[in-house]
Amino acid sequence: MDGYHAWMLIAASLVLLMTAPGLALFYGGMSRSKSVLNMMMMSFGALAIVGVVYVLWGYSMSYSDDDVATLFANPFTLFGLQDLDPSAYITVAFQLTFAVITAALISGAIADRVKFSAWMVFVPIWVTLSYFPLAHMVWGGGFLSHNPDGLAALVFGTVGEGAEKVAEIAPIDYAGGTVVHINAGVAGLVLALLIGTRIGFGKTPMKPHNLPLTMIGAGLLWFGWFGFNVGSIVFASDDPDAMYTQFVSETGLVWLNTTVATCAAVLGWLLLEKIRDGKATSLGAASGIVAGLVAITPACGALSPVGSIILGLVAGVLCALAVGLKYRFGFDDSLDVVGVHLVGGLVGTIGIGFLATAGGLFYGDGAKLLGVQVLVAVFAMLWTALATLLIGLAIKATIGWRVDEEDEIAGIDFVEHGESGYDLTVAGGTRRTPAQSTQKEGVPA
Amino acid sequence: MKLVTAVVKPHKWEDVREALETFGITGMTVSEVSGYGRQKGHTEVYRGAEYDIALVPKIKIEIVVEDVDADDVVGIVVKAAQTGRIGDGKVWVSALDSVVRVRTGDRDSAAL
Repeated sequence: MDGYHAWMLIAASLVLLMTAPGLALFYGGMSRSKSVLNMMMMSFGALAIVGVVYVLWGYSMSYSDDDVATLFANPFTLFGLQDLDPSAYITVAFQLTFAVITAALISGAIADRVKFSAWMVFVPIWVTLSYFPLAHMVWGGGFLSHNPDGLAALVFGTVGEGAEKVAEIAPIDYAGGTVVHINAGVAGLVLALLIGTRIGFGKTPMKPHNLPLTMIGAGLLWFGWFGFNVGSIVFASDDPDAMYTQFVSETGLVWLNTTVATCAAVLGWLLLEKIRDGKATSLGAASGIVAGLVAITPACGALSPVGSIILGLVAGVLCALAVGLKYRFGFDDSLDVVGVHLVGGLVGTIGIGFLATAGGLFYGDGAKLLGVQVLVAVFAMLWTALATLLIGLAIKATIGWRVDEEDEIAGIDFVEHGESGYDLTVAGGTRRTPAQSTQKEGVPA
Repeated sequence: MKLVTAVVKPHKWEDVREALETFGITGMTVSEVSGYGRQKGHTEVYRGAEYDIALVPKIKIEIVVEDVDADDVVGIVVKAAQTGRIGDGKVWVSALDSVVRVRTGDRDSAAL
């Protein structure tokens, strides 16, 4: 299985591509021209800080064997990867990229108005209190897995004895419906409510300033998602022949499911737009791509290709409807993290209960899996909401989230980063001499 | 001398330029501008949210001509830019005190 390890290095690199530049472009194009750099910097900043934190205590807190009450693992056991067998480094690399993109996804809910410093403090604390525990609960054998002391076992009982004892109905989250998308979606909702709307929200136009960037970003996300989903294979046995057979059939299925669900979601989103608004839009196509990818993420190993088409279609339509909710309820989830990631994550996580070829309601296997999937989703939402609220309030009381009103109107790129995204005029200005620069540091030219 | 200023639809700009060149106009200043008149812009929809876009993109052409040519030039621009639909634009003429060619210092008629 040498090929597997080569593939996993590629897969980890593909998932990194999803954040920078994939997500940064997707979000950057949707923001206004005066805040495109800040929007992209939130992704790049999350990448930098989570990458470091993950190696220090993130991996240990998610996957070290030192479990604490099934909710997280001891962050100090493998601190800095000091006692980790080097053969596990590829796994660390792959998992690191998941933590990065989950944090970066949240930034879309709070565009144009948040201090970069507040974001850079929020992200490492948030992954510590929300992402690492959920990764442990779902994928590290914790409370939301097949653990005999976990949620699924508490509700529907266990099978097996001794070390073999597991929940009778194991929750399914192949690549991160709960851990990544519901997690980021709820965090985005909580922060959008806590931080408040942009000045002029719902009145002045806040339309995307560069849809080609958004479409490039969506395409890169799709490409990177093959690493995300196809790389998430877990082997059922360590017999080389069995591993080979599983690898060939499962990776093919996951790739196909990821693609057809996404295709169907694009069609669903565009069809709804055509019927409701009269036109199929490019932003709708880009959004449909992400909605489909999000929905299939937890389900990509459990569904048939036809089941995946159905799931994608439902996700495309429901997410297209859900992005309008923010205007009805008045929360400024600027780039629709809730409408796409929370709703899409729920469609996928709960959709498994209906469409899983083993255990799904539509396949005559009863409603137990559906029940487990709903419970897991609800628990994940509560956990994230609480963690995000606590961190959000603490930052609000200390650093403060918002830039000054005047600065927000002028544009956050210049205020927070001292740059502008586009220089389209030939009469740009004059370069300062070094002496002037030291005298007037920080004063706008 | 007169300054003829025309604001026209972007897709008609090339027709206007050709017609003026045929008439013998050798230079002009062209800018991409935006504005609105009776049509009051248009509507765009992003993720289901409708926006009224007040400003419509236009091309503004400025030409300096001899007094006797002003009426002809206005007629040429109007003919070339006209589609008969709302949003075709405007042409106006204003008096001009003097013109200097930067390269040579030539003034007024010699500078055109």
